[in-house]
Amino acid sequence: MNIVLEAKNLEKKFSDVLAVNKINFKVKEGEVFGFLGPNGAGKTTTMKMIQCVSPKTGGDLRVFGLDVNQYPKEIKQVMGVVPQMDNLDPDFTVIGNLIQFSRYFDIPLEEAKKRANELIDYVQLNDKKDSSVDKLSGGMKRRLVLARAMINNPKLLILDEPTTGLDPQARHLIWEKLKDLSSKGITVIITTHYMEEAARLCDRLVIMDNGEILVEGKPKDLVKKYVGDHIVEAENTTEIKTCLEKNDIKYEIANESVEIYNENVSDITNLILKECVDSGVTARPATLEDVFLKLTGRKLRE
Amino acid sequence: MFMLTYRFLKPWRRNIVTFVKTWKLNFVPPFLEPILYLLALGFGLGGFIESVDGIPYAKFIAPALVSISVMNASFFECTYTSFVRMYYLKTFDAMISTPISIEEVITGELFWGATRSTIYATIMLPVLLAFGVVELPSSLLIIPFAFLGGLMFSCIAMCFTALSPTIDTLSYPSFLFITPMFLFSGTFFPMSVLPLAIQYVALAILPLAHLVIVNRALTLGIFNISLLMSLLWIILCTTIFFFVSIKLMKRRLIV
Repeated sequence: MNIVLEAKNLEKKFSDVLAVNKINFKVKEGEVFGFLGPNGAGKTTTMKMIQCVSPKTGGDLRVFGLDVNQYPKEIKQVMGVVPQMDNLDPDFTVIGNLIQFSRYFDIPLEEAKKRANELIDYVQLNDKKDSSVDKLSGGMKRRLVLARAMINNPKLLILDEPTTGLDPQARHLIWEKLKDLSSKGITVIITTHYMEEAARLCDRLVIMDNGEILVEGKPKDLVKKYVGDHIVEAENTTEIKTCLEKNDIKYEIANESVEIYNENVSDITNLILKECVDSGVTARPATLEDVFLKLTGRKLRE
Repeated sequence: MFMLTYRFLKPWRRNIVTFVKTWKLNFVPPFLEPILYLLALGFGLGGFIESVDGIPYAKFIAPALVSISVMNASFFECTYTSFVRMYYLKTFDAMISTPISIEEVITGELFWGATRSTIYATIMLPVLLAFGVVELPSSLLIIPFAFLGGLMFSCIAMCFTALSPTIDTLSYPSFLFITPMFLFSGTFFPMSVLPLAIQYVALAILPLAHLVIVNRALTLGIFNISLLMSLLWIILCTTIFFFVSIKLMKRRLIV
Protein backbone atom coordinates (compact mmCIF):
# COMPACT_ATOMS: atom_id res chain seq x y z
CA MET A 1 0.00 0.00 0.00
CA ASN A 2 1.22 3.45 -0.89
CA ILE A 3 1.50 6.07 1.79
CA VAL A 4 -0.59 9.09 0.74
CA LEU A 5 -0.01 11.24 3.76
CA GLU A 6 2.78 11.24 6.28
CA ALA A 7 3.39 13.56 9.22
CA LYS A 8 6.54 13.45 11.31
CA ASN A 9 6.76 15.63 14.40
CA LEU A 10 4.29 17.97 12.72
CA GLU A 11 3.92 21.18 14.66
CA LYS A 12 1.81 24.33 14.41
CA LYS A 13 2.50 27.20 16.71
CA PHE A 14 0.37 30.34 16.80
CA SER A 15 1.98 33.35 18.47
CA ASP A 16 1.74 31.85 21.95
CA VAL A 17 -0.28 28.67 21.57
CA LEU A 18 0.94 25.29 20.42
CA ALA A 19 -2.09 24.13 18.42
CA VAL A 20 -0.48 20.97 17.09
CA ASN A 21 2.31 19.49 19.12
CA LYS A 22 4.68 17.20 17.21
CA ILE A 23 2.19 14.68 15.92
CA ASN A 24 2.96 11.63 13.79
CA PHE A 25 0.64 9.70 11.51
CA LYS A 26 0.52 7.88 8.21
CA VAL A 27 -2.45 7.43 5.91
CA LYS A 28 -2.49 4.71 3.29
CA GLU A 29 -4.02 4.89 -0.16
CA GLY A 30 -7.77 4.19 -0.22
CA GLU A 31 -8.18 4.43 3.54
CA VAL A 32 -10.83 6.39 5.39
CA PHE A 33 -8.84 8.03 8.16
CA GLY A 34 -10.51 9.94 10.97
CA PHE A 35 -9.45 12.74 13.27
CA LEU A 36 -11.47 12.86 16.48
CA GLY A 37 -11.14 15.19 19.40
CA PRO A 38 -12.90 17.82 21.46
CA ASN A 39 -13.12 21.42 20.23
CA GLY A 40 -9.69 23.01 20.22
CA ALA A 41 -7.89 19.68 19.98
CA GLY A 42 -6.05 20.74 16.82
CA LYS A 43 -8.05 18.79 14.23
CA THR A 44 -8.99 21.68 11.96
CA THR A 45 -5.48 23.14 12.21
CA THR A 46 -4.10 19.78 11.09
CA MET A 47 -6.60 19.68 8.21
CA LYS A 48 -5.55 23.16 7.12
CA MET A 49 -1.90 22.18 7.10
CA ILE A 50 -2.72 19.15 4.94
CA GLN A 51 -4.70 21.42 2.59
CA CYS A 52 -1.60 23.62 2.23
CA VAL A 53 -3.45 26.73 3.37
CA SER A 54 -1.88 27.02 6.80
CA PRO A 55 1.89 26.64 6.78
CA LYS A 56 3.37 24.24 9.32
CA THR A 57 5.80 25.73 11.81
CA GLY A 58 7.80 22.59 12.44
CA GLY A 59 8.30 18.96 11.51
CA ASP A 60 7.55 17.28 8.23
CA LEU A 61 4.30 16.87 6.32
CA ARG A 62 4.15 15.14 2.98
CA VAL A 63 1.14 14.56 0.75
CA PHE A 64 1.78 12.09 -2.09
CA GLY A 65 5.42 12.36 -1.07
CA LEU A 66 5.46 16.13 -1.68
CA ASP A 67 6.31 18.68 0.99
CA VAL A 68 3.29 20.89 1.74
CA ASN A 69 5.28 24.13 1.96
CA GLN A 70 7.13 23.54 -1.31
CA TYR A 71 4.50 22.01 -3.59
CA PRO A 72 1.09 23.45 -2.61
CA LYS A 73 -0.15 23.79 -6.21
CA GLU A 74 0.74 20.25 -7.18
CA ILE A 75 -0.89 18.88 -4.02
CA LYS A 76 -4.02 21.02 -4.30
CA GLN A 77 -4.47 19.96 -7.92
CA VAL A 78 -5.24 16.38 -6.81
CA MET A 79 -7.05 17.15 -3.57
CA GLY A 80 -10.71 17.86 -2.82
CA VAL A 81 -11.79 19.82 0.22
CA VAL A 82 -15.11 19.95 2.08
CA PRO A 83 -14.62 22.73 4.62
CA GLN A 84 -16.32 23.01 7.98
CA MET A 85 -18.36 26.01 6.82
CA ASP A 86 -20.08 25.89 3.44
CA ASN A 87 -18.47 28.41 1.13
CA LEU A 88 -20.51 28.01 -2.02
CA ASP A 89 -20.68 31.02 -4.30
CA PRO A 90 -24.17 32.57 -3.98
CA ASP A 91 -23.69 34.51 -7.23
CA PHE A 92 -23.87 31.24 -9.16
CA THR A 93 -26.38 28.44 -9.65
CA VAL A 94 -25.82 24.86 -8.52
CA ILE A 95 -24.20 23.85 -11.80
CA GLY A 96 -22.61 27.29 -12.07
CA ASN A 97 -20.74 26.67 -8.83
CA LEU A 98 -19.26 23.48 -10.24
CA ILE A 99 -18.34 25.04 -13.58
CA GLN A 100 -16.80 28.07 -11.89
CA PHE A 101 -14.78 25.84 -9.57
CA SER A 102 -13.56 23.71 -12.48
CA ARG A 103 -11.91 26.82 -13.93
CA TYR A 104 -9.74 27.09 -10.83
CA PHE A 105 -8.30 23.70 -11.76
CA ASP A 106 -7.82 24.53 -15.46
CA ILE A 107 -10.37 21.91 -16.51
CA PRO A 108 -11.49 22.52 -20.11
CA LEU A 109 -15.12 23.71 -20.33
CA GLU A 110 -16.50 20.69 -22.22
CA GLU A 111 -14.93 18.29 -19.75
CA ALA A 112 -16.11 20.47 -16.85
CA LYS A 113 -19.72 20.42 -18.06
CA LYS A 114 -19.63 16.66 -18.40
CA ARG A 115 -18.20 16.17 -14.93
CA ALA A 116 -20.52 18.75 -13.36
CA ASN A 117 -23.57 16.92 -14.72
CA GLU A 118 -22.26 13.55 -13.56
CA LEU A 119 -21.54 14.92 -10.10
CA ILE A 120 -24.95 16.59 -9.78
CA ASP A 121 -26.42 13.22 -10.59
CA TYR A 122 -24.08 11.51 -8.11
CA VAL A 123 -25.16 13.73 -5.19
CA GLN A 124 -28.81 13.64 -6.34
CA LEU A 125 -29.31 17.33 -7.05
CA ASN A 126 -30.76 16.95 -10.55
CA ASP A 127 -33.92 18.85 -9.68
CA LYS A 128 -31.92 21.79 -8.35
CA LYS A 129 -29.37 21.99 -11.14
CA ASP A 130 -30.28 25.53 -12.19
CA SER A 131 -31.41 26.84 -8.79
CA SER A 132 -29.56 29.50 -6.90
CA VAL A 133 -27.58 28.02 -4.01
CA ASP A 134 -29.47 30.27 -1.59
CA LYS A 135 -32.54 28.13 -2.24
CA LEU A 136 -30.87 24.89 -1.13
CA SER A 137 -31.41 23.25 2.26
CA GLY A 138 -28.44 22.59 4.55
CA GLY A 139 -28.18 19.00 3.42
CA MET A 140 -28.34 19.95 -0.26
CA LYS A 141 -25.60 22.55 0.22
CA ARG A 142 -23.41 19.96 1.88
CA ARG A 143 -23.95 17.56 -1.02
CA LEU A 144 -23.09 20.30 -3.47
CA VAL A 145 -19.90 21.09 -1.56
CA LEU A 146 -19.02 17.39 -1.78
CA ALA A 147 -19.69 17.42 -5.52
CA ARG A 148 -17.57 20.56 -5.85
CA ALA A 149 -14.72 18.86 -3.99
CA MET A 150 -14.90 16.05 -6.58
CA ILE A 151 -14.76 18.27 -9.68
CA ASN A 152 -11.01 17.76 -10.16
CA ASN A 153 -11.22 13.96 -9.73
CA PRO A 154 -9.20 14.15 -6.52
CA LYS A 155 -7.09 11.30 -5.23
CA LEU A 156 -7.40 12.64 -1.70
CA LEU A 157 -10.56 14.03 -0.15
CA ILE A 158 -10.50 16.06 3.05
CA LEU A 159 -13.72 16.62 4.95
CA ASP A 160 -13.93 18.79 8.05
CA GLU A 161 -17.08 17.83 9.96
CA PRO A 162 -19.01 16.98 6.79
CA THR A 163 -22.26 15.95 8.47
CA THR A 164 -22.61 18.50 11.28
CA GLY A 165 -26.17 19.81 11.37
CA LEU A 166 -27.57 17.38 8.80
CA ASP A 167 -30.71 15.29 9.16
CA PRO A 168 -30.28 11.49 9.29
CA GLN A 169 -31.25 11.05 5.62
CA ALA A 170 -28.67 13.53 4.40
CA ARG A 171 -26.07 12.08 6.76
CA HIS A 172 -26.62 8.57 5.47
CA LEU A 173 -26.32 9.75 1.89
CA ILE A 174 -22.96 11.41 2.67
CA TRP A 175 -21.75 8.23 4.40
CA GLU A 176 -22.81 6.12 1.45
CA LYS A 177 -20.94 8.41 -0.95
CA LEU A 178 -17.80 8.42 1.16
CA LYS A 179 -17.82 4.60 1.38
CA ASP A 180 -18.28 4.47 -2.37
CA LEU A 181 -15.45 6.90 -3.05
CA SER A 182 -13.16 5.04 -0.72
CA SER A 183 -13.96 1.76 -2.49
CA LYS A 184 -12.85 3.44 -5.71
CA GLY A 185 -9.41 4.01 -4.22
CA ILE A 186 -9.83 7.60 -3.11
CA THR A 187 -8.20 8.32 0.22
CA VAL A 188 -10.57 10.07 2.59
CA ILE A 189 -9.61 12.13 5.62
CA ILE A 190 -12.41 13.18 7.89
CA THR A 191 -12.90 15.02 11.17
CA THR A 192 -16.06 14.51 13.13
CA HIS A 193 -17.69 14.89 16.52
CA TYR A 194 -19.99 11.97 15.88
CA MET A 195 -18.51 8.79 17.26
CA GLU A 196 -21.02 6.60 15.53
CA GLU A 197 -20.02 8.18 12.24
CA ALA A 198 -16.34 7.61 12.94
CA ALA A 199 -16.94 4.01 14.00
CA ARG A 200 -18.91 3.30 10.84
CA LEU A 201 -16.77 5.10 8.32
CA CYS A 202 -13.17 5.07 9.43
CA ASP A 203 -10.76 2.28 8.69
CA ARG A 204 -8.42 3.88 11.19
CA LEU A 205 -8.58 6.99 13.32
CA VAL A 206 -6.71 9.07 15.83
CA ILE A 207 -8.11 10.78 18.90
CA MET A 208 -6.50 14.16 19.52
CA ASP A 209 -6.55 16.41 22.53
CA ASN A 210 -4.55 19.56 23.34
CA GLY A 211 -2.67 19.34 20.05
CA GLU A 212 -1.48 15.79 20.63
CA ILE A 213 -2.54 12.40 19.33
CA LEU A 214 -3.67 10.28 22.27
CA VAL A 215 -4.34 7.02 20.45
CA GLU A 216 -4.40 5.63 16.95
CA GLY A 217 -6.00 2.50 15.58
CA LYS A 218 -9.03 0.75 14.11
CA PRO A 219 -12.28 1.79 15.83
CA LYS A 220 -13.08 -1.76 17.01
CA ASP A 221 -9.58 -2.37 18.32
CA LEU A 222 -9.63 0.89 20.25
CA VAL A 223 -12.92 0.03 21.90
CA LYS A 224 -11.64 -3.41 22.83
CA LYS A 225 -8.33 -2.10 24.10
CA TYR A 226 -9.53 0.87 26.15
CA VAL A 227 -13.00 -0.10 27.32
CA GLY A 228 -13.64 -3.75 26.56
CA ASP A 229 -16.66 -5.31 24.88
CA HIS A 230 -19.36 -4.24 27.29
CA ILE A 231 -20.18 -1.64 29.89
CA VAL A 232 -22.36 -2.09 32.93
CA GLU A 233 -24.07 1.06 34.13
CA ALA A 234 -25.74 1.78 37.44
CA GLU A 235 -27.01 4.86 39.19
CA ASN A 236 -24.45 7.13 40.76
CA THR A 237 -25.40 6.85 44.44
CA THR A 238 -23.26 6.55 47.56
CA GLU A 239 -25.02 3.32 48.35
CA ILE A 240 -23.98 1.69 45.09
CA LYS A 241 -20.47 3.06 45.24
CA THR A 242 -19.84 1.68 48.76
CA CYS A 243 -21.30 -1.63 47.68
CA LEU A 244 -19.05 -1.79 44.61
CA GLU A 245 -16.01 -0.93 46.69
CA LYS A 246 -16.92 -3.59 49.23
CA ASN A 247 -17.05 -6.17 46.44
CA ASP A 248 -13.77 -4.92 45.01
CA ILE A 249 -15.27 -3.82 41.67
CA LYS A 250 -13.52 -0.99 39.84
CA TYR A 251 -15.85 1.69 38.46
CA GLU A 252 -15.70 5.08 36.81
CA ILE A 253 -17.98 7.98 37.46
CA ALA A 254 -19.84 9.33 34.45
CA ASN A 255 -21.98 12.18 35.76
CA GLU A 256 -25.34 10.62 36.66
CA SER A 257 -24.11 7.04 36.52
CA VAL A 258 -21.23 4.79 37.42
CA GLU A 259 -19.71 2.64 34.69
CA ILE A 260 -17.99 -0.67 35.11
CA TYR A 261 -15.71 -1.94 32.38
CA ASN A 262 -15.42 -5.69 32.76
CA GLU A 263 -15.12 -8.83 30.70
CA ASN A 264 -17.81 -10.76 32.56
CA VAL A 265 -20.89 -8.68 31.95
CA SER A 266 -23.50 -11.08 33.22
CA ASP A 267 -21.53 -11.96 36.36
CA ILE A 268 -21.07 -8.32 37.28
CA THR A 269 -24.67 -7.43 36.51
CA ASN A 270 -25.96 -10.30 38.58
CA LEU A 271 -23.58 -9.49 41.40
CA ILE A 272 -24.71 -5.87 41.54
CA LEU A 273 -28.36 -6.86 41.39
CA LYS A 274 -27.86 -9.37 44.16
CA GLU A 275 -25.61 -7.37 46.47
CA CYS A 276 -26.32 -3.69 45.81
CA VAL A 277 -29.59 -2.66 44.17
CA ASP A 278 -32.79 -4.18 42.85
CA SER A 279 -33.02 -2.32 39.57
CA GLY A 280 -31.48 0.40 37.41
CA VAL A 281 -28.57 -1.69 36.17
CA THR A 282 -27.95 -1.93 32.44
CA ALA A 283 -25.38 -3.70 30.35
CA ARG A 284 -24.64 -2.44 26.83
CA PRO A 285 -21.97 -2.89 24.18
CA ALA A 286 -19.05 -0.48 24.57
CA THR A 287 -18.72 2.19 21.89
CA LEU A 288 -16.14 4.56 20.53
CA GLU A 289 -17.84 7.30 22.52
CA ASP A 290 -16.83 5.51 25.73
CA VAL A 291 -13.23 5.43 24.54
CA PHE A 292 -13.40 9.09 23.59
CA LEU A 293 -14.81 10.20 26.94
CA LYS A 294 -12.44 7.99 28.86
CA LEU A 295 -9.42 9.46 27.09
CA THR A 296 -10.42 13.10 26.80
CA GLY A 297 -12.44 13.42 30.01
CA ARG A 298 -15.90 14.74 30.61
CA LYS A 299 -15.04 18.35 31.23
CA LEU A 300 -16.75 20.76 28.84
CA ARG A 301 -14.58 22.41 26.19
CA GLU A 302 -15.01 25.97 25.09
CA MET B 1 7.29 32.61 -0.91
CA PHE B 2 5.50 34.97 -3.34
CA MET B 3 3.46 32.90 -5.77
CA LEU B 4 2.01 34.78 -8.69
CA THR B 5 1.17 33.15 -12.03
CA TYR B 6 -1.46 33.50 -14.77
CA ARG B 7 -3.91 31.99 -12.27
CA PHE B 8 -4.74 35.47 -10.94
CA LEU B 9 -6.96 35.73 -14.01
CA LYS B 10 -9.33 33.18 -12.49
CA PRO B 11 -10.64 35.22 -9.55
CA TRP B 12 -10.60 38.23 -11.91
CA ARG B 13 -12.77 36.35 -14.37
CA ARG B 14 -15.13 35.18 -11.62
CA ASN B 15 -15.88 38.80 -10.81
CA ILE B 16 -16.36 39.73 -14.46
CA VAL B 17 -18.86 36.90 -14.86
CA THR B 18 -20.92 38.15 -11.90
CA PHE B 19 -20.62 41.78 -13.07
CA VAL B 20 -21.89 40.90 -16.53
CA LYS B 21 -24.86 39.05 -15.01
CA THR B 22 -26.15 42.33 -13.58
CA TRP B 23 -24.76 44.58 -16.30
CA LYS B 24 -27.87 46.72 -16.70
CA LEU B 25 -27.70 47.78 -13.08
CA ASN B 26 -23.93 48.19 -13.21
CA PHE B 27 -23.95 50.38 -16.29
CA VAL B 28 -26.38 52.95 -14.93
CA PRO B 29 -24.13 54.90 -12.50
CA PRO B 30 -21.27 55.68 -14.90
CA PHE B 31 -23.78 56.74 -17.54
CA LEU B 32 -26.04 58.80 -15.31
CA GLU B 33 -23.50 60.37 -12.97
CA PRO B 34 -21.65 62.53 -15.50
CA ILE B 35 -24.93 63.74 -16.96
CA LEU B 36 -26.23 64.82 -13.54
CA TYR B 37 -22.98 66.43 -12.45
CA LEU B 38 -22.46 68.22 -15.74
CA LEU B 39 -26.00 69.59 -15.74
CA ALA B 40 -25.99 70.65 -12.10
CA LEU B 41 -22.43 71.78 -11.61
CA GLY B 42 -21.00 72.26 -15.08
CA PHE B 43 -23.89 74.16 -16.60
CA GLY B 44 -25.95 75.12 -13.50
CA LEU B 45 -23.28 76.38 -11.14
CA GLY B 46 -20.97 76.96 -14.10
CA GLY B 47 -23.37 79.64 -15.32
CA PHE B 48 -22.08 81.86 -12.51
CA ILE B 49 -18.43 81.08 -13.18
CA GLU B 50 -16.81 82.73 -16.14
CA SER B 51 -13.95 80.28 -16.42
CA VAL B 52 -11.20 78.64 -14.41
CA ASP B 53 -7.72 79.56 -15.68
CA GLY B 54 -9.33 80.36 -19.01
CA ILE B 55 -11.18 77.02 -19.20
CA PRO B 56 -15.01 76.91 -19.25
CA TYR B 57 -16.23 75.41 -15.96
CA ALA B 58 -17.89 72.34 -17.53
CA LYS B 59 -14.65 71.52 -19.32
CA PHE B 60 -12.75 72.08 -16.08
CA ILE B 61 -14.77 69.56 -14.08
CA ALA B 62 -15.22 66.93 -16.83
CA PRO B 63 -11.84 65.23 -16.17
CA ALA B 64 -12.51 65.43 -12.41
CA LEU B 65 -15.78 63.55 -12.91
CA VAL B 66 -13.92 60.77 -14.73
CA SER B 67 -11.26 60.69 -12.00
CA ILE B 68 -13.81 60.49 -9.20
CA SER B 69 -15.67 57.73 -10.97
CA VAL B 70 -12.43 55.79 -11.49
CA MET B 71 -11.63 56.21 -7.80
CA ASN B 72 -15.07 55.19 -6.55
CA ALA B 73 -15.42 52.22 -8.90
CA SER B 74 -12.28 50.51 -7.68
CA PHE B 75 -12.12 51.81 -4.11
CA PHE B 76 -15.59 50.65 -3.15
CA GLU B 77 -15.18 47.39 -5.05
CA CYS B 78 -12.00 46.50 -3.17
CA THR B 79 -13.29 47.65 0.21
CA TYR B 80 -16.93 46.71 0.79
CA THR B 81 -17.39 44.17 -1.99
CA SER B 82 -14.05 42.44 -1.42
CA PHE B 83 -14.75 42.40 2.31
CA VAL B 84 -18.04 40.63 1.68
CA ARG B 85 -16.33 38.07 -0.55
CA MET B 86 -13.54 37.58 1.96
CA TYR B 87 -15.43 37.60 5.26
CA TYR B 88 -19.04 36.64 4.60
CA LEU B 89 -18.98 34.52 1.45
CA LYS B 90 -15.57 32.90 2.17
CA THR B 91 -14.90 33.03 -1.56
CA PHE B 92 -11.18 33.54 -0.95
CA ASP B 93 -11.02 30.47 1.30
CA ALA B 94 -12.74 28.39 -1.37
CA MET B 95 -10.30 29.61 -4.02
CA ILE B 96 -7.14 28.94 -2.03
CA SER B 97 -8.23 25.35 -1.51
CA THR B 98 -7.62 24.99 -5.26
CA PRO B 99 -4.28 25.53 -7.03
CA ILE B 100 -4.83 29.30 -6.81
CA SER B 101 -2.54 31.00 -4.30
CA ILE B 102 -3.56 33.80 -1.96
CA GLU B 103 -1.35 36.21 -3.94
CA GLU B 104 -3.26 35.30 -7.08
CA VAL B 105 -6.64 35.73 -5.39
CA ILE B 106 -5.75 39.22 -4.18
CA THR B 107 -4.11 40.22 -7.46
CA GLY B 108 -7.24 39.04 -9.26
CA GLU B 109 -9.37 41.24 -6.99
CA LEU B 110 -7.07 44.24 -7.54
CA PHE B 111 -7.10 43.81 -11.31
CA TRP B 112 -10.84 43.40 -11.24
CA GLY B 113 -11.16 46.73 -9.38
CA ALA B 114 -8.99 48.32 -12.07
CA THR B 115 -11.10 46.71 -14.78
CA ARG B 116 -14.25 48.10 -13.22
CA SER B 117 -12.74 51.59 -13.26
CA THR B 118 -11.84 51.11 -16.91
CA ILE B 119 -15.37 50.04 -17.78
CA TYR B 120 -16.75 53.10 -15.99
CA ALA B 121 -14.38 55.49 -17.78
CA THR B 122 -15.28 53.86 -21.09
CA ILE B 123 -18.99 54.40 -20.52
CA MET B 124 -18.46 58.00 -19.38
CA LEU B 125 -16.36 59.07 -22.31
CA PRO B 126 -19.12 59.10 -24.97
CA VAL B 127 -21.36 61.05 -22.59
CA LEU B 128 -18.67 63.69 -22.08
CA LEU B 129 -18.03 63.77 -25.84
CA ALA B 130 -21.74 64.34 -26.45
CA PHE B 131 -21.63 67.34 -24.13
CA GLY B 132 -18.59 68.58 -26.02
CA VAL B 133 -16.49 68.98 -22.87
CA VAL B 134 -13.52 66.79 -23.81
CA GLU B 135 -11.07 66.94 -26.72
CA LEU B 136 -10.30 64.17 -29.21
CA PRO B 137 -8.13 62.20 -29.81
CA SER B 138 -6.15 62.72 -26.57
CA SER B 139 -9.24 61.97 -24.44
CA LEU B 140 -9.21 58.38 -25.68
CA LEU B 141 -6.19 57.89 -23.44
CA ILE B 142 -8.31 58.28 -20.31
CA ILE B 143 -9.50 54.71 -20.93
CA PRO B 144 -6.14 52.94 -20.55
CA PHE B 145 -5.18 55.44 -17.88
CA ALA B 146 -8.33 54.50 -15.93
CA PHE B 147 -6.86 51.03 -15.54
CA LEU B 148 -3.72 52.37 -13.87
CA GLY B 149 -5.66 54.83 -11.72
CA GLY B 150 -8.15 52.11 -10.80
CA LEU B 151 -5.36 49.72 -9.88
CA MET B 152 -3.87 52.34 -7.56
CA PHE B 153 -7.15 52.81 -5.70
CA SER B 154 -7.76 49.04 -5.64
CA CYS B 155 -4.41 48.51 -3.93
CA ILE B 156 -5.02 51.27 -1.38
CA ALA B 157 -8.54 49.98 -0.73
CA MET B 158 -7.33 46.40 -0.24
CA CYS B 159 -5.03 47.58 2.55
CA PHE B 160 -8.02 49.00 4.41
CA THR B 161 -9.95 45.78 3.79
CA ALA B 162 -7.10 43.72 5.20
CA LEU B 163 -6.90 45.88 8.31
CA SER B 164 -10.59 46.46 8.92
CA PRO B 165 -11.92 44.35 11.81
CA THR B 166 -15.52 44.56 10.60
CA ILE B 167 -17.35 45.82 7.54
CA ASP B 168 -18.57 48.84 9.55
CA THR B 169 -15.08 50.14 10.22
CA LEU B 170 -14.62 50.52 6.47
CA SER B 171 -16.69 53.69 6.89
CA TYR B 172 -13.62 55.42 8.33
CA PRO B 173 -11.57 55.44 5.14
CA SER B 174 -14.69 56.35 3.20
CA PHE B 175 -15.37 59.45 5.32
CA LEU B 176 -11.88 60.46 6.32
CA PHE B 177 -10.01 59.66 3.12
CA ILE B 178 -12.34 59.48 0.13
CA THR B 179 -14.73 62.34 0.93
CA PRO B 180 -12.09 65.04 1.62
CA MET B 181 -10.14 63.82 -1.39
CA PHE B 182 -13.26 64.09 -3.54
CA LEU B 183 -13.49 67.79 -2.64
CA PHE B 184 -9.89 68.99 -2.34
CA SER B 185 -8.01 67.32 -5.17
CA GLY B 186 -8.44 70.07 -7.72
CA THR B 187 -11.74 68.53 -8.67
CA PHE B 188 -14.29 71.36 -8.52
CA PHE B 189 -11.90 74.28 -7.95
CA PRO B 190 -8.22 74.60 -8.83
CA MET B 191 -5.76 73.65 -6.10
CA SER B 192 -3.97 76.95 -6.72
CA VAL B 193 -6.54 78.75 -4.53
CA LEU B 194 -5.32 76.73 -1.53
CA PRO B 195 -2.41 78.04 0.60
CA LEU B 196 0.88 76.89 -0.87
CA ALA B 197 1.78 74.62 2.05
CA ILE B 198 -1.55 72.82 1.78
CA GLN B 199 -1.09 72.46 -1.95
CA TYR B 200 2.19 70.63 -1.36
CA VAL B 201 0.63 68.40 1.29
CA ALA B 202 -2.29 67.64 -1.02
CA LEU B 203 0.06 66.73 -3.87
CA ALA B 204 2.14 64.58 -1.57
CA ILE B 205 -0.68 62.52 -0.09
CA LEU B 206 -3.79 62.73 -2.24
CA PRO B 207 -3.80 60.12 -5.01
CA LEU B 208 -6.90 61.64 -6.59
CA ALA B 209 -5.09 64.96 -7.12
CA HIS B 210 -2.65 63.19 -9.45
CA LEU B 211 -5.42 61.36 -11.23
CA VAL B 212 -7.14 64.69 -11.88
CA ILE B 213 -3.92 66.31 -13.16
CA VAL B 214 -3.35 63.52 -15.68
CA ASN B 215 -6.97 63.26 -16.79
CA ARG B 216 -7.27 67.03 -17.14
CA ALA B 217 -4.22 67.09 -19.39
CA LEU B 218 -5.77 64.31 -21.47
CA THR B 219 -9.27 65.77 -21.83
CA LEU B 220 -7.95 69.26 -22.60
CA GLY B 221 -5.17 67.94 -24.79
CA ILE B 222 -2.54 70.06 -22.98
CA PHE B 223 0.61 68.18 -22.04
CA ASN B 224 3.26 69.43 -19.65
CA ILE B 225 5.81 68.31 -17.08
CA SER B 226 3.30 68.03 -14.21
CA LEU B 227 1.53 65.30 -16.19
CA LEU B 228 4.72 63.24 -16.20
CA MET B 229 5.39 63.87 -12.52
CA SER B 230 1.87 62.78 -11.58
CA LEU B 231 2.14 59.70 -13.74
CA LEU B 232 5.34 58.71 -11.96
CA TRP B 233 3.75 59.40 -8.58
CA ILE B 234 0.84 57.11 -9.48
CA ILE B 235 3.09 54.31 -10.73
CA LEU B 236 5.19 54.48 -7.56
CA CYS B 237 2.16 54.59 -5.28
CA THR B 238 0.52 51.66 -7.10
CA THR B 239 3.66 49.53 -6.89
CA ILE B 240 4.10 50.13 -3.17
CA PHE B 241 0.49 49.51 -2.25
CA PHE B 242 0.25 46.47 -4.50
CA PHE B 243 2.83 44.63 -2.43
CA VAL B 244 1.66 46.09 0.89
CA SER B 245 -1.95 45.04 0.25
CA ILE B 246 -0.94 41.47 -0.61
CA LYS B 247 1.29 41.28 2.44
CA LEU B 248 -1.49 42.55 4.73
CA MET B 249 -4.02 40.19 3.21
CA LYS B 250 -1.68 37.23 3.62
CA ARG B 251 -1.20 38.20 7.25
CA ARG B 252 -4.95 38.31 7.74
CA LEU B 253 -5.93 35.15 5.88
CA ILE B 254 -2.99 32.79 6.20
CA VAL B 255 -2.56 31.79 9.81
